[in-house]
Amino acid sequence: MTNRVLDFERPILELESKIRELKDLSEANDEIADEIARLEEKARRLQQERFATLSPWEQVQLAKHPDRPYTLDYVGELLTDWMELKGDRAFADDPAIVGGVGRFRGRPIVLIGHQKGRNTKENLYRNFGMARPEGYRKAQRLMAMAERFGLPIVTLIDTAGAYPGIGAEERGQSEAIAASLEQMAGLDVPTVSVVIGEGGSGGALAIGLTDRILMLEHAVYSVISPRGCASILWKDPDAEQKAADQLKLSAHDLRRLGVCDEIVPEAVGGAHRGLAETARALADAVARHLSELDAMTPQARKKARYGKYRAMGRFETAGSARTETG
Amino acid sequence: MAWWRRKKDPIEPESQASKSKTSIPKGMWSKCEACSEITYTDELVQNLRVCPLCGHHMPMPTAERIAAMVDEGSWEELDTDLRSTDPLGFCDQKPYEERIRRAIDRVGPHDAFRSGLARLGGRPVSVGFFAFEFMGGSMGSVVGEKIARVFERAVERRIPAVVFSASGGARMQEGILSLMQMAKTSVARARVREARLPYVSVCLHPTTGGVAASFAMQGDVILAEPGALVGFAGPRVIQQTIGQELPEGFQRAEFLLEHGMLDAIVSRLELREHLSQLLSLLCGEVRAPEPAATGS
Ligand SMILES: [Zn+2]
Repeated sequence: MTNRVLDFERPILELESKIRELKDLSEANDEIADEIARLEEKARRLQQERFATLSPWEQVQLAKHPDRPYTLDYVGELLTDWMELKGDRAFADDPAIVGGVGRFRGRPIVLIGHQKGRNTKENLYRNFGMARPEGYRKAQRLMAMAERFGLPIVTLIDTAGAYPGIGAEERGQSEAIAASLEQMAGLDVPTVSVVIGEGGSGGALAIGLTDRILMLEHAVYSVISPRGCASILWKDPDAEQKAADQLKLSAHDLRRLGVCDEIVPEAVGGAHRGLAETARALADAVARHLSELDAMTPQARKKARYGKYRAMGRFETAGSARTETG
Repeated sequence: MAWWRRKKDPIEPESQASKSKTSIPKGMWSKCEACSEITYTDELVQNLRVCPLCGHHMPMPTAERIAAMVDEGSWEELDTDLRSTDPLGFCDQKPYEERIRRAIDRVGPHDAFRSGLARLGGRPVSVGFFAFEFMGGSMGSVVGEKIARVFERAVERRIPAVVFSASGGARMQEGILSLMQMAKTSVARARVREARLPYVSVCLHPTTGGVAASFAMQGDVILAEPGALVGFAGPRVIQQTIGQELPEGFQRAEFLLEHGMLDAIVSRLELREHLSQLLSLLCGEVRAPEPAATGS
């Protein structure tokens, strides 16, 4: 990862470093203390304003920020007694997806999520969070176990997409995703997914057909990466910013389109600027949705899940020009 | 978008294609792109566009396919009133609305999928066919809705479902809503399984992306035509990612069969018979059971 600071982060970081310098200098001088307070307030306001008006392309960059918290970072904040469970029992363990059991506010759950690496070495191991069929089959195995023992399932989505490789195709990447979708459609236990960073296409949805879909404020979720979209529709991968504008992939867009059930606020400046604060908001939201789902019978949950996905999409009926909305 | 399309694919508007059966003058020839054999187009159409010399399966207009795959006169098309909208206001080099309009003018109003009821070997089936001619068979809200209805009708009528897929995947111009059609069709397909009714998926050339990664790979039985390209990622994307040449025959039906992803590869010429036999085995004979042999 070459650049760990995005262009639109720079002015704020510079202001903050100035504040730090002042603090180091100051010897309890009232005047300097006032100046520090003034600058801190300015930095806070600047950051808030800037992050409230991010362009779609800036949202995409933020969602893939190299310092952004990943699944295991949230596991550390959300769960106690975490035990990772590995392997698909058929071919391999795929480190691009992690899964396991742990206690969420005292209650055992199964958690599954994409896992990116923090540096080159980790990314080679994690395959940049791009899962192969084994990853989805491990997820299926863990979901089946959750179902047997009546444990709710929480999934954290953060992937550019399922890995496009020879081995992945040989071992049935499309079957693996398809089977995950069908399995999640039929689960009796409550399920909640949260897009924590990048929601990339079928590889993301494969662990996301859940009773509730939440998104962190600066996460994105899209049918195709802006770059992939640009290279197909604009015949130019460098038109990715234009594609990002068109794809409507921010959390607010997805809320408007009826896909996202709740937007979870992040720390000002993004989750990487405040993991504990973001994780707390995330935990509150997940707990709230789980308790709503707990109040329903498995039959009622499945029926509601069916209705939720059955209604997705928009089309017209010729003649009446009636628009069905999701 | 058309990375799978060979140079000379004669993907023609359906109106013309259906006319070709009767009104194309004798002497009009077609050349097989695999073996270069020249055949009368009439004869080729009679042979379901399978090369009589080498067996190569050429692209087939959807109207011809429907006629060839279900019992004669049994096709009842439904859901014909559904039309795509432009939920995102999407515009790349052309506005999405214009792309839809043009596709409707060129191919017909049915979008990229035709759904209905038909009979196969006398047995009622809930059936659907991708229309690859319509924006590369891409799956947007209309396609997803029609597929969900195919599955729902199967459950309501307690009849099997059959879907013939041919698609480049999701329709990007509908953004996240097109991705969610994978979820929508999957929940509907799951109900068919719960109802213990057979669903047979037939993968045609090509079946990729979100279509392959949902209902096309969720069949109780999954069949493919010879040579069909079936896979999640397109070959070009894979090649760009890994930076090496792809093996010969990669992602073709024969490759998938070898890797355990298909039940069988079936020639188009035998497909209808194959399907009707399969369905009769999976859900019992269509006629009333014979009286018991003991005569008691
Ligand atoms: Zn030939």
